[in-house]
Amino acid sequence: MEWTPIWLSLKLAAITTMILMLIGIPLAYWLSRRSSWLKVVIEAILTMPLVLPPSVLGFYLLLSFSPNSFFGRWLLEYFNLSLVFSFEGLVVASVIYSLPFMVSPVKSALAHLPASLAEASYTMGKSKLHTFYRVQLPNIKSSLWTAIVLTFAHTLGEFGVVLMIGGRLEGSTKVASIAIYDAVDNNQYHEANMYSLILFAITFVIVILVFVFNKNAMRGPLE
Amino acid sequence: MISINIQKNIKTYKGRYRLTVADSFPAGSVTKVYGPSGIGKTTFLRIIAGLSTPEQGKIVVHGQTWLDTAAGINMSPQERKAGFVFQDYALFPNMTVREHLQYASTDELLISRLLTMGRMESFDSHKPQHLSGGQQQRLAILRALAQRPKLLLMDEAFSALDDELREDLITDLKIILKEFETTTIIVSHHAQETLGFADRSLKID
Repeated sequence: MEWTPIWLSLKLAAITTMILMLIGIPLAYWLSRRSSWLKVVIEAILTMPLVLPPSVLGFYLLLSFSPNSFFGRWLLEYFNLSLVFSFEGLVVASVIYSLPFMVSPVKSALAHLPASLAEASYTMGKSKLHTFYRVQLPNIKSSLWTAIVLTFAHTLGEFGVVLMIGGRLEGSTKVASIAIYDAVDNNQYHEANMYSLILFAITFVIVILVFVFNKNAMRGPLE
Repeated sequence: MISINIQKNIKTYKGRYRLTVADSFPAGSVTKVYGPSGIGKTTFLRIIAGLSTPEQGKIVVHGQTWLDTAAGINMSPQERKAGFVFQDYALFPNMTVREHLQYASTDELLISRLLTMGRMESFDSHKPQHLSGGQQQRLAILRALAQRPKLLLMDEAFSALDDELREDLITDLKIILKEFETTTIIVSHHAQETLGFADRSLKID
């Protein structure tokens, strides 16, 4: 059994989760503030990956990233970057695909936090950024963990989008979920079983850790 | 001297209503604000703190204009730094009693003094969820005082305190408010609650 697909899956999930923490948390904060029509439309777009078949999303991303498209050509000309059949492409696709898993729990938790908490901080002269890091974020810790775990686990198990964008290039885009599919396709059930067991074990350990970490929280970490 | 003249449209269960308040508050005074439920007493405090903006109005605090809708002046809550005791206390679940006060002030001597005044010394490492309702309310008052505010706004700030504790706290509060030269506006539904604390009153109706 090759370990590269497992390593690639973990690397992809870790990079995607880190990028989504940087993008998704500020986005969730913005969405949790007073609602507007623009926010409703943006939130609907962000939620689309939850309901769209992964192959549909993967197909449109493939068209967008292709060197024949305006965006793909622009990336290639100005950055010498091709997102089709590359690890970088997998990262971009995973960020789009897993975005709602980071944004939704954080946005919901921020929206349910009493407004008076932040207001109390403002009246003490603290900026919005200071208030966010010292008051709001620490008080949605369990939801934040939920978002991080869901994003990581969801990216780890990605198949449809990854297959459409990355194909199955050994060492660069053939992640564990595709390795399982390939092994089954070639009647290598023992190998498929090994990959599956490892993915199962990694995911189980992560979820257990979150439950242990949040054992004193009022709600379960996945609520 | 604090001069307030504001008008704001608010929604009540009876329909739309125009909250109008015009009054001057002598420096260092304690004013009790009272009136029927839902009339806009809390909104009045929020407007003063900068947490809500009226359609029209002017607020001048010790010669500094905090709000002047005609001139387009509207200082942020961070610039106004009014001490605010929220009706729901607005305590931070992630912080201990001492951390609440340290969040508002770096003066450790003042923090120790406030903890003693609020009889909270032995609870200083407790988080709000491990405090009684009365202790939480005292902490909210102490936190607002920790920043030595020129203006203290209190929304039903004594409602969870028993008579003995409230009377003791009022005695200490009067001393510290005089020392800080703080002007106080307190919203209360019950006349008994502010007895011995407020020296003037304002009715909103």
